[in-house]
Amino acid sequence: MDYLYYLRQDKMPHIWCDGCGHGIILKSILRCVDKLGWDKNDIALVSGIGCSSRTPGYVDFNTLHTTHGRALAFATGLKIANPKLHVIVVSGDGDATAIGGNHFIHAARRNIDITMIIYNNYIYGMTGGQVSPTTPAHKKASTAPYGNPDEPFDISRLAQAAGATYVARSTVYHVGKMDNYIGNALQKTGFSVVEILTPCPTSYGRRNKEGNGVDMMRYQKENTIGIEKAKNMSAEALAGKIVTGVFVDKEQESYLNRYNEVIKKAQSGV
Amino acid sequence: METPNPNIKMWQGNVACAEGALAAGCRFFAGYPITPSSEIAEVLSLRLPKLGGNFIQMEDEIAAMGATIGASLGGVKAMTATSGPGFSLKQENIGFAAMAEIPCVVVNVQRGGPSTGLPTHAAQGDVMQARWGTHGDHPIIALAPGSVRETYDMTVKAFNLAEKYRTPVILLSDEIVGHLTEKVEVPPIESLGLTDRKKPTVPPEQYRPYEMDSSDIPPMANFGEGYRYHVTGLAHDETGFPTNNPEKIQAQLERLNRKIERYRDEIVEVEVQYTEDAEILVISFGSTARSVRRAVINAREQGIKAGLLRLKTIWPFPGKEIEAISASVRKIIVAEMNLGQLAHEVEWATRRSKPVVRINKINGEPITPNEIFNAIIRQD
Ligand SMILES: Cc1ncc(C[n+]2csc(CCOP(=O)(O)OP(=O)(O)O)c2C)c(N)n1
Ligand code: SF4
Repeated sequence: MDYLYYLRQDKMPHIWCDGCGHGIILKSILRCVDKLGWDKNDIALVSGIGCSSRTPGYVDFNTLHTTHGRALAFATGLKIANPKLHVIVVSGDGDATAIGGNHFIHAARRNIDITMIIYNNYIYGMTGGQVSPTTPAHKKASTAPYGNPDEPFDISRLAQAAGATYVARSTVYHVGKMDNYIGNALQKTGFSVVEILTPCPTSYGRRNKEGNGVDMMRYQKENTIGIEKAKNMSAEALAGKIVTGVFVDKEQESYLNRYNEVIKKAQSGV
Repeated sequence: METPNPNIKMWQGNVACAEGALAAGCRFFAGYPITPSSEIAEVLSLRLPKLGGNFIQMEDEIAAMGATIGASLGGVKAMTATSGPGFSLKQENIGFAAMAEIPCVVVNVQRGGPSTGLPTHAAQGDVMQARWGTHGDHPIIALAPGSVRETYDMTVKAFNLAEKYRTPVILLSDEIVGHLTEKVEVPPIESLGLTDRKKPTVPPEQYRPYEMDSSDIPPMANFGEGYRYHVTGLAHDETGFPTNNPEKIQAQLERLNRKIERYRDEIVEVEVQYTEDAEILVISFGSTARSVRRAVINAREQGIKAGLLRLKTIWPFPGKEIEAISASVRKIIVAEMNLGQLAHEVEWATRRSKPVVRINKINGEPITPNEIFNAIIRQD
């Protein structure tokens, strides 16, 4: 496929560091869109603030770079106003689950017809490596110099509990799975979430002595366990492991379908 | 028996706001409940779906503001409504709408503050927040209705201005006007001067969403219309993409602020009464202006030459109008339910050439005609 067809080539070079996984996710999104044959005019890519949230600037869709954490709120209005648009939100772990955590769970509860792709690098990359809601306990960050005292969120479990229609997790190393999950998510009606674990060598890897981007992806390769297999493993055996797979894949009425019923009721005078 | 005129309604201010929005073409509302604004959301939750529009109760005011902007970018006229604490929460995204030049209407039915303050009592303490609540130099328009009918008219005007100037417009109502019930004769739709955003006429490859054209108001394409462009709150150049180029940033931000200042004569409206020969001018806005009107009439009945100047537009500030109208008066009184937010601007507009007497109340009680009358007759 022709990636350049989808990229705003005059916006290159991008801001991402060597070894950053964000660009791998971007390519996966483009492959999935290409496979679906969607018209660029019909796609809106919406983000908040962060390294991950710079993705829309590089892609030749309708692109909206909002405020930190609020992409889903803007995207909700946009989707409702123009349901023809395929609305995709990209977000970092901090953007999605710290400042934007409330919008995240409510988008899932509401089952709004949006696909959200979360670039989880366990850290606030853009601002220099502060601790995030997904930084594992005891890991170091610029604001957790003695190790993170908090427990992290499991984003996929959070999305599942909040009611999303489709939830899956992959790493950037497992490109086939990533493509598969993003492709599935884009085709779902309702709120679909794909969490992608992506290395941030600059702000996370270095401080935690996890090496460069390649080292961090090697770790992903060697420590990932499928969700089915993980079900039969003890908590000790799972320590330090990454569990990937499809957490939720169900059919449920989406927000827009529900609201169309509201309109019908209102107009029939019931 | 006379047949009742269907265009005559007994409406509450908040209902008139909702109805005005619908008349203006609003088909999207996102909100979060807060007294004393909730009736606006309630009415729209009932009325919008009947018209094929959408109402959504979001998880908080930040989300409601974001959704409103998103809907507008999707091509639908959109509004949100709130009061004090919620208005505080909306500020970051109001700045986004100003920066990205996305039309929308934000209603703030003022209540007592600061903080949770007085949820069910009136105040006018958000004059400065309406102007400077979000960070950075930015343009803003704020209108202050003084009656139920005017709430209707000004909501329509708010949409018209938002669309025309690609900017957020704030309707700065207050608890008294919002909860007041009055007779309203609904004007015919043709009289509302409904305005829609200017659309690009060039092919998509040539579209510059923030072009420095002679009007200072660039045409706006809606998402999904074939103009694939980038919208960001980062400083951007005329293509909409972020830039660090100081000249381009300076030029864009100057245009952004100029686009409202330059058209201020088309935007600003004031109401005057008995000002031709007035020696004492009482300046006010919103519900407080109703007490002022009574006090001025009482003063006139006693042969005292008092006049009323009511600011219908708060921002851009009617400084020029105030200066002209107050030129021949010997005393100015500013009555407002805050500690002098307007008075400060009035002093500035008149260059302190006259004494400015302040009547301020912040305990949730309205300023009474008597209090104003006493200030009129007092020998300062
Ligand atoms: C309201 C607000 N608070 C804080 C910031 C500063 N800020 C920018 S990006 C960011 C965190 C980004 O981390 P994440 O969302 O995980 O994305 P990443 O950069 O790691 O891809 C923060 C705190 C901001 N822009 N706005
Ligand atoms: S700081 Fe981290 S997340 Fe940001 S571009 Fe660099 S590697 Fe990627």
